[in-house]
Amino acid sequence: MLRFISGRLLKAVVILICITVLNFFLIHAAPGDPAAVMAGEAGDSDAAFLQQLRERFGLDQPLYVQLWVYVSSVLRLDLGYSYRQQLPVLQLITDRLPATLILSLSAFIISLGLGVLAGAFASARQGKWADTIISLVALVFYATPLFWLALMAVLLFSVELGWLPGFGYETVGAGYTGIWRALDIFKHLILPAMTLGLFFMAVYARMTRASMLEVGRLDFVKTAKAKGLRPGVIQRRHVLRNALLPVVTLAGLQAGQLVGGAVLIETVFAWPGIGRLMFDALSQRDYNLLLGVFVVSAAMVLLFNLITDVLYRLVDPRIKVSS
Amino acid sequence: MRRLLSASLALFLTASAAFAQAVPGGKLNLIVQPEPPSIMIGITTNGPALLVGGNIYESLLRYDENLKPEPSLAKSWTISDDGLTYTFTLQDGVKWHDGQPMTSADVLFSVNDFLVKMQPRHRNLMTHVESVTAPDDKTVVFKLKEPFEAFIRGLSFYTMPIVPKHIYEGTDYATNPANEKPIGTGPFKFAEWKKGSYIHLVKNPDYYIKGKPYLDELYYQVIPDAASRSVAFENGNVDVLPGGSVENFDIPRLKDLPNTCTTEKGWEYFAPLSWLWLNNRKPPMDNVKFRQAIMYALDRDFARDVLWNGYGKVATGPMSSKLPFYKNVEPTYAHDPAKAKALLKEIGYDGKPLKLLPLPYGETWQRWAEAVKQNLGDVGIPVEIESTDVAGWNQRTANWDYDIAFTYLYQNGDPAIGVDRNYKTSQIAKGNPFNNVEGYSNPELDKLFDQAAVAYPAAKRQELYDQAQKTLQQDVPVAWLLELGFPTIYNCKVQDIVTTASGLPESMRDAWIKK
Repeated sequence: MLRFISGRLLKAVVILICITVLNFFLIHAAPGDPAAVMAGEAGDSDAAFLQQLRERFGLDQPLYVQLWVYVSSVLRLDLGYSYRQQLPVLQLITDRLPATLILSLSAFIISLGLGVLAGAFASARQGKWADTIISLVALVFYATPLFWLALMAVLLFSVELGWLPGFGYETVGAGYTGIWRALDIFKHLILPAMTLGLFFMAVYARMTRASMLEVGRLDFVKTAKAKGLRPGVIQRRHVLRNALLPVVTLAGLQAGQLVGGAVLIETVFAWPGIGRLMFDALSQRDYNLLLGVFVVSAAMVLLFNLITDVLYRLVDPRIKVSS
Repeated sequence: MRRLLSASLALFLTASAAFAQAVPGGKLNLIVQPEPPSIMIGITTNGPALLVGGNIYESLLRYDENLKPEPSLAKSWTISDDGLTYTFTLQDGVKWHDGQPMTSADVLFSVNDFLVKMQPRHRNLMTHVESVTAPDDKTVVFKLKEPFEAFIRGLSFYTMPIVPKHIYEGTDYATNPANEKPIGTGPFKFAEWKKGSYIHLVKNPDYYIKGKPYLDELYYQVIPDAASRSVAFENGNVDVLPGGSVENFDIPRLKDLPNTCTTEKGWEYFAPLSWLWLNNRKPPMDNVKFRQAIMYALDRDFARDVLWNGYGKVATGPMSSKLPFYKNVEPTYAHDPAKAKALLKEIGYDGKPLKLLPLPYGETWQRWAEAVKQNLGDVGIPVEIESTDVAGWNQRTANWDYDIAFTYLYQNGDPAIGVDRNYKTSQIAKGNPFNNVEGYSNPELDKLFDQAAVAYPAAKRQELYDQAQKTLQQDVPVAWLLELGFPTIYNCKVQDIVTTASGLPESMRDAWIKK
């Protein structure tokens, strides 16, 4: 197991470097550069101003020099400096990472928990009313665009009913501390986490249901039934456990999105996370920051892939891990 | 006489409103959109940065809605009869936010050193200045090379924010840590910036005007989605939506909410004017009759009434009507598709399609591009819309890679500062997304503008600018659209929210909340 993990980590570093180089070229292939964007925003500029900015950003260097400077600094675990925001990239990212992790992890737990539960319940009631309703709701959430759901949720729960705050991470200027602050953040978290979780909840529900129905037809389940086990025990111990493998695969995918997957939700709910940071960096051509976010999210994806593979083995010990 | 009487009555009323009833205390939530890269406005000069930074940094003067100079850091000033020497006397008791006194040495450092290196607008203004000196701690003297009457309107926080010498001298200005925690002389002090969430300013208790500012705290909230910003105002989480914070189609709905006030004031200094850049280098845009045909084809009243909800004004020519020296001169171009068609027929236009670049600033601009496409299509000019993001738009216009492109530019208080830059031959520079991007070159007009800039006194300038406006309106180097109106939407409990020609960035000094 240890050898497996260390081998995978080594591979991950190589992949990470390849991703960094690839991203570097992709970003520089986009039209416009940060100097042009900043000059544009200033409403007025002259050649000296543009030259000044380009020198400050290192954009006057040939591309291969810029690439070398960047990759070598990443290897030293230095993600560079964001000239636009005038802060080190690492600091910008670590400032925003907690907000995104809280949001995405909550969405992850909500969707996985409720999704598997709903799917299991629906499969147990196959063909009955409950099954139909769960399948229908899952289909709707699966098919509806996230931002629309988000706006509707704000209109209903925030504007109409006034139950929950419609945007932000916490109440600005309220000065809460300790438990009250946590509670305040929790209230702000509910709407974005629910909306972000709905899509994957629907996917998990549909997948769990289908997978459980399939496993339920297998011989060992028939044997269990013949032994006279109670249906609840059969569903839990025999069917669900075996049906979970595809769900774990998918959960690994969703976990990989923990960092970068919430751009839309973070925008609609003004959630100060990494997704928005990435989007802003993209539209402002803030190269160092954008590459930094990419590196961090790629590292997360690789990490979660590794965790998923380890989890496979825990869920089903028959699966062998090898590097 | 009656006019004078009512004017002084009005003055008395506003004065009494400001001094007799203003109550101290309270906090205000505003929107800043998009989140600025920095609020050190000596370096970063975009709109959002100014909105916040204008409360922290001040300049020598501010301007009323008619662009008449008013005291700010300078309490008084004199201009010599030959128009060459400007002498400013600074306010007493002005302190930087770290407690150091502000003196003429700071002004000298800012205008001679810091801003010349960091700020293109200031750099342009200083080309007219021979020297700046300080005979004593409280006096600053600008000596001009030639009379430049516009100079007195170029001294706002927007062009010439005074920055602290003791913080910046001898450092790398661009990376000085004080850029993150700005230190100015303004009515509000920087408290905290939670990136992605809000910028928090607090009252400066040592402000040199006793009793001001009235408000204790300002929160500038960052809400990236336009629909969410409307909701935030609707919910009462935000008290003030600065102009341009919400999509235009949301304005009528928000305006009808109880306790909601709007004003179009506070944009007189910037006086944003929108137009279509017509790439004068390329046929058929190199033909003046083709350009005139475009002017006749555009239904600008429709754009104002439908796309901009009636805000703004149809532009008559290169100058906004809010600007000094503006005059309504002929020819102006009313919507007349028949005339446009006749002109196109006259020049034998072959129906070659044109590429149109909309501005990537939200829904209204997208819709406007579609309306223009339809207007031009109606007279037989086929148009393809090519959308880009902001970075791509800057690159394409800067490299002249377009046929027609939307834009709007600030007029900056005087035609010699904010208008002639778009039409003079000397301003053509590849790689720059501003000024003479259309590639128009007319030596006669260059001469007119050059003379008008330095003519003295103002009456002489008026004649020359009348002539320049006439010439440009005949030549149509760009197709003028609207003097844009960006209404500020706010909760009616907030008083004196706009008190200068630059609006919100400066007015928080005077704003207060009715209990």
